[in-house]
Amino acid sequence: MNTQAISLQTMASPHARAANSVSVVMLKVMAALVPATAYAFYLFGSPAFWLWAITIAASMAGEAACLRLAGKPVKAVLYDGSAILTGWLLAVSLPPWAPWWIGVVGGLFATTLGKQAFGGIGNNLFNPAMIARIMLLVSFPVQMTHWVVPAGAPSLFDGLRITLGQMPVPDAMTSASLLGWAKTDMARGIDLLHTHLPGHVFDWNGARVGSLGETSVWLIALGGIALLYMRVISWHIPVTMLIGLAVPAALGHAADPARFMDMSTHLLSGGAMLGAFFIATDYVTSPSSRAGQIIFGLGCGLLTWVIRTYGGYPEGVAFAVLLMNALTPAIDRLIKPRVYGRTMGGKPISLKGETK
Amino acid sequence: MGIRELLTGVGWGVHPHNDHKRPAADVPLRVMPTPAKLCIPLLQHVGAPAKPLVAVGDRVLRGQLIAAAQGNVSAPVHAPTSGLVAAIGEVTAPHPSGLPFAAITIETDGLDESVSFKTVEDPFSLTPDEISQRIAEAGIVGLGGATFPSAPKAQLGRKHSVHTLIINGGECEPYLSSDDSIMRERADDVIDGVRILMHAVGASKAKVGIEDNKPEAIAAMRKAAQDFAQIEICPVPARYPMGSDRQLVQVLTGKEVPSGARTATIGLLVNNVSTCAAIHHAVRHGEPLYRRIVTVNGGAVAQPGNVLAPIGVLVEDLLAFAGLKSEPARLVMGGPMMGVALPHAQVPTVKGCGGILALTAEEITVVPPSPCIRCGSCVKACPMGLVPLELSAQIHAGEYDTADAMGLDDCLACGCCAYVCPSQMPLVQTFSHAKGEIWRRAQQKKRSEFTKQLAQARQERLEREARERVEAAARRKAQRAAQQAAAAADNNTPSEGAGA
Repeated sequence: MNTQAISLQTMASPHARAANSVSVVMLKVMAALVPATAYAFYLFGSPAFWLWAITIAASMAGEAACLRLAGKPVKAVLYDGSAILTGWLLAVSLPPWAPWWIGVVGGLFATTLGKQAFGGIGNNLFNPAMIARIMLLVSFPVQMTHWVVPAGAPSLFDGLRITLGQMPVPDAMTSASLLGWAKTDMARGIDLLHTHLPGHVFDWNGARVGSLGETSVWLIALGGIALLYMRVISWHIPVTMLIGLAVPAALGHAADPARFMDMSTHLLSGGAMLGAFFIATDYVTSPSSRAGQIIFGLGCGLLTWVIRTYGGYPEGVAFAVLLMNALTPAIDRLIKPRVYGRTMGGKPISLKGETK
Repeated sequence: MGIRELLTGVGWGVHPHNDHKRPAADVPLRVMPTPAKLCIPLLQHVGAPAKPLVAVGDRVLRGQLIAAAQGNVSAPVHAPTSGLVAAIGEVTAPHPSGLPFAAITIETDGLDESVSFKTVEDPFSLTPDEISQRIAEAGIVGLGGATFPSAPKAQLGRKHSVHTLIINGGECEPYLSSDDSIMRERADDVIDGVRILMHAVGASKAKVGIEDNKPEAIAAMRKAAQDFAQIEICPVPARYPMGSDRQLVQVLTGKEVPSGARTATIGLLVNNVSTCAAIHHAVRHGEPLYRRIVTVNGGAVAQPGNVLAPIGVLVEDLLAFAGLKSEPARLVMGGPMMGVALPHAQVPTVKGCGGILALTAEEITVVPPSPCIRCGSCVKACPMGLVPLELSAQIHAGEYDTADAMGLDDCLACGCCAYVCPSQMPLVQTFSHAKGEIWRRAQQKKRSEFTKQLAQARQERLEREARERVEAAARRKAQRAAQQAAAAADNNTPSEGAGA
């Protein structure tokens, strides 16, 4: 061809880009959530599916409404997948048979006040799914602690009626979660050595009472490992968060087993695993340096243990993550990687001892 | 520390799944036939532009000096072939702006007549100063792309008593393989150049760093260096930007170059393998630098590969030689990570140009940027330990001083951050803008301080003059008074005397 005819628009380097985008990142996280979510649908039946779908729809509707109000492109931003993921993460942290309006209120809250009010993706201080979960827990404690025993999945249509509140949930199907049970017994003066837990609270394979997608810890951990393998997340936050929870739990249990739950109970129950791999690792609300991430993870784990052990609520993951989210700007300000050729303080490194 | 860092010792940088070096790197070196026209730019190096020594209409020969170095840091320019000087004036520079710069245009005559070159049998009998002089006369500059004149660099090395030469065969930029090609095909020349440079600098050993994705080059260089114990061939992990002097020094010696200092301050001098080969040709054969190996590559190129081309060849002629199979969406001089986009193909190549890329639309996928999601990919990728996302946020907020304090000046503009960014943010562009803005503000401050000084000096002068005027007037008045008094005294004295 005629090389003289070439006339081009110029741009700054680099002229190559890794095949990565925000929507690819979001899709990978969603893919990692699929096993645990699908298993939850199997365990808790169609009400869980309906709640999941409603929460995601509400989360997307909230995002779309805010974008329209702000005069920003609606379609392009919705397609990045972050609103879907926010809704998904909120849904898996809800009681599986919660009524439809829990999903609607939570989903709308997460993306409007939790995210768009701060300026949209990348600007929110707190994890939108967790702030919505906490809002729901504080505002609607009855519905948010109404757990069902995974047994007998209703049909798709009956499930929808349960979610829509047209069909009452029989009392025989409800139960407290392990953490809730332990907290109640302790409050009644029954120590952990004498409490009698029904079998369905600690089936570590997932067939137990708990939040929609939090019960099957192994599938969540599998998804987390997939995220590590795909390099979506690094080990720093999940590993340190689990260590931050495990170490005080082990020490406490060794000192007084009647007062403190053991390490594996702490690690395997509630939202610990989901929090470590999917919640605390949220890019926007966690520190960007590796050292900062280690501090953040340890803080999340430790605070979870403190809240579970001494707090008024049986579960502490969401509170712990939000507290550490609030510290993230400070961590990022104080802890930065050392610049090449400079000391930690930012001064050029000294030449003494460097010349032969 | 990540898992990769544990395994390889290198935690920074990026490595594309497909570095596009092959098949171009495996094609045997081709020699480009002399084109009809050559444009030899006068500024192909860091420093002052060369001064033309020829006039329009003069006949020049291959290797003839056509423009002389001006000042301490500069380099002369030589004719790549014989022909007539058609013009001395402005041509489009290889820069995205498309602005012109001065060049000597030669219409070649196809005879390729050469001046006679002064060969040297034993370069090691020359003094270091004589070698430096020959390097300077040959117009050799850093061929890795930095284009710092090699002779003053060698002098700098001697002044700092450099003990080890670091020879850069990293060639970490994707697509490029000109250094690979010279190491495969001219390994003996490279090693000879290394030995000559060691002699010129006074270094006792040399370490040649070659990325481990070039096994052929490593083998060829090992063979060429086997008789010289003081030259060590060191394979290094293929990780961009391994070819950056600071990163290569860190990997090969474990030392860090202090921020703002040159590598010579820690007893090391970094030179590129192609520069070493040019030094061999200049010192041993008296041949100036008038041609080099250029990689012509990219999805739009029909026959990608390495081409020995005269310096000053127009990009359009180079592309016509390699052939285009489709319309390129972008032309790049240099590699895809740090190279400059060209406005069109009527620009000359320069000494520092190791590659011309004709990239297709698929290769440069332009996606509009979206907001930062703080994923930290850029933090992990930055070879300098900076926090690009934070720098970018500060710059966008207009906080240039904060960005400066966070180490913006340490940024290499290597492009790793922008390469990995999932939001496609134009990070390098942001940083270049900010560096320019900070420079402009510093200049402005300097200027206003100078103006202030001038104004102050003027004020002081006016005050002094006014004071002096008042003083002079007072003096004159006092003088007059004294004179009057004296006169009065003169007048009075006799009468007084008379009265007495």
